[in-house]
Amino acid sequence: MAIKIISEACTGCGECLEVCPFPGAVRMVNEKAQLTDECTSCGACRDACGFEAILFDGDVERVEREDLSRYRGVWVYAEQDHGSLLPVSLELIGKGRELADNLGQELSVVLLGSGLQAVVDELSHYDIDRLYVADDPVLTSYRSEAYAGVMADLIQEERPNIILLGATANGRDLAPRVAARVKTGLTADCTGLEIEAGSGLLLQTRPAFGGNIMATIVCPNHRPQMATVRPGVLPRTGPNAVARDVDLVRIPCKVTESGLPTRFIQVVESVSKRVNLPEAKVIVAGGRGLGDAKGFALLKELADALGGEVGASRAAVDAGWIGKEHQVGQTGTTVAPKLYIACGISGAVQHLAGMQGSDVVVAINSDPEAPIFDVCTYGIVGDLYQVVPAFLAKLKENKQQQAVS
Amino acid sequence: MRVVVCIKQVPDTTEIKIDPRTNTLKREGVKGIINPYDKNALELALQLREKHGGKVTVLSMGPPQAKEALREAMAMGADEVILISDRAFGGSDTLATSYTLARAIERLQGFDLVLLGKQAIDGDTGQVGPGVAEHLGIGQVTYARLVEVEGSRVKVHREGEGEVHLVEGELPLLITVTEEINKPRYPSVRGMLRARKAEIPVWSAEDLGVDLNRIGLQGSPTQVKKVFTPPAGPGGEILEGAPEQVAAELVEKLKEMRAI
Repeated sequence: MAIKIISEACTGCGECLEVCPFPGAVRMVNEKAQLTDECTSCGACRDACGFEAILFDGDVERVEREDLSRYRGVWVYAEQDHGSLLPVSLELIGKGRELADNLGQELSVVLLGSGLQAVVDELSHYDIDRLYVADDPVLTSYRSEAYAGVMADLIQEERPNIILLGATANGRDLAPRVAARVKTGLTADCTGLEIEAGSGLLLQTRPAFGGNIMATIVCPNHRPQMATVRPGVLPRTGPNAVARDVDLVRIPCKVTESGLPTRFIQVVESVSKRVNLPEAKVIVAGGRGLGDAKGFALLKELADALGGEVGASRAAVDAGWIGKEHQVGQTGTTVAPKLYIACGISGAVQHLAGMQGSDVVVAINSDPEAPIFDVCTYGIVGDLYQVVPAFLAKLKENKQQQAVS
Repeated sequence: MRVVVCIKQVPDTTEIKIDPRTNTLKREGVKGIINPYDKNALELALQLREKHGGKVTVLSMGPPQAKEALREAMAMGADEVILISDRAFGGSDTLATSYTLARAIERLQGFDLVLLGKQAIDGDTGQVGPGVAEHLGIGQVTYARLVEVEGSRVKVHREGEGEVHLVEGELPLLITVTEEINKPRYPSVRGMLRARKAEIPVWSAEDLGVDLNRIGLQGSPTQVKKVFTPPAGPGGEILEGAPEQVAAELVEKLKEMRAI
């Protein structure tokens, strides 16, 4: 059993019942809490218990501690696509620098691919201490087995403390394969990363349980501590005017073509460039409160009037009302426009995680209790089918006035 | 062709709401469902069997009530379903889960293709598929929206960043699929009758012969330190009045802030 209830310490206060995210996982028997088979050992009850009556097995004893102090340095995996660096790589370098400085350790960047000289030059303008480069024709296009092989070998040789990767399609493919090979922990889609004072552990915070609550994850007894971060979540760091004296380490690629089970053939389709959420200055987004797919026509009209794009919540996309290229949130696109207008969106944690960087947030929702009102700049409690047309009319009026004056 | 599908029973997270007074999850009446993307994986397996013949085996690791998800998989058409369940598996993170699933797959009488959904809607990590592939020592292709098999060659359309890629692979292979790949079928009446009567085998840690240090909490490098509802923000300025009135007020405010 992973979580234990110390019956003698349990007062039957019921706090664990209140916080448990899983139906029926805790029950009260004779005023003592009991766990059922529904328990997933998530630990929510342990944190809530005021009587230290709920413990992880691991709290009681921890065995086999490897000498973790031999693992040093922060790594950022710099993803590139046929010679161009992905923006998420620069976002991670900023965070990696902060974590490395906090630990008093070095920041290294790992670059894999083929024909990489231009990317190497570009990276030398960033605030990094070391650059590991594997430049080999077998790495021309991303492939799980080839990239994971090179990464895992390098990790085993160099023993980094922390590795950050972008949660792109390739990053989310590579990171778990590498983590499984070097037998360490990995936390996906982190929205917060910081070093815990004292322990020096990486605190990895992410939305959990469908994005309804947040969880902070640690990897106390294994190294490296690995985490992925979605593009757009972290601010991008800028280059220095002059190139730094970066320690360039060329790493051999032991992987050969013959041993590889998959092959990249070609790009067959470029999808959804017509929706450019990350670059949009204005986003008008709709959620379950729209009621049906037709509601998006109204939002499109508003978005066009403001020169913006249409976004959507996960609920609206799951309902099939609009394509997932419009989805804003932790599992969709992370956005930070000047103006974000949320129509009929309640504001689940996973949605908020994807739009909280917006400058001005307007929330229109009929439910006054909707969490979106907690993060908005201006809130309107009302029927969006009345408010949005009225807003559109006023916008047009305003435009005409400006044209006259 | 022998196809193995790994499914997860998840709470229907789209139904989960937060109680604004207590800031906790409302749990009443949230039912367990097959992770939707895993259903796409099962549908693909059934289509491949229809085209190439063979057998579809569905595995699920979870508590005893995950049998319900396996019954549904059988009602949809799976030939064989197996529950991997043991209190010793409790608290498994994605590494321990993928290790356990890989050991279960190795216990089957061979396989050609292992299929999973791209991620589970409760955890959203997408880490178990690649983890299983690594533990089995086979190739992987994630985020597939089209899969075609010809002999031992597999053609996959994979969703990349704003692009779709054609990737080719050799069996045996592990593939994770997106919701774009197909529309899962409904269970048939005959399938439901068969599923209702079926005895579902349960494999324990002992049956799998797993290393006890690599399963459950003991075998999970990551630990949940804290679960919390994010603190509510200060809240915005609520504009009140008739729609025309608030609309006019909003336009003025946004102009002031230079947001329009």
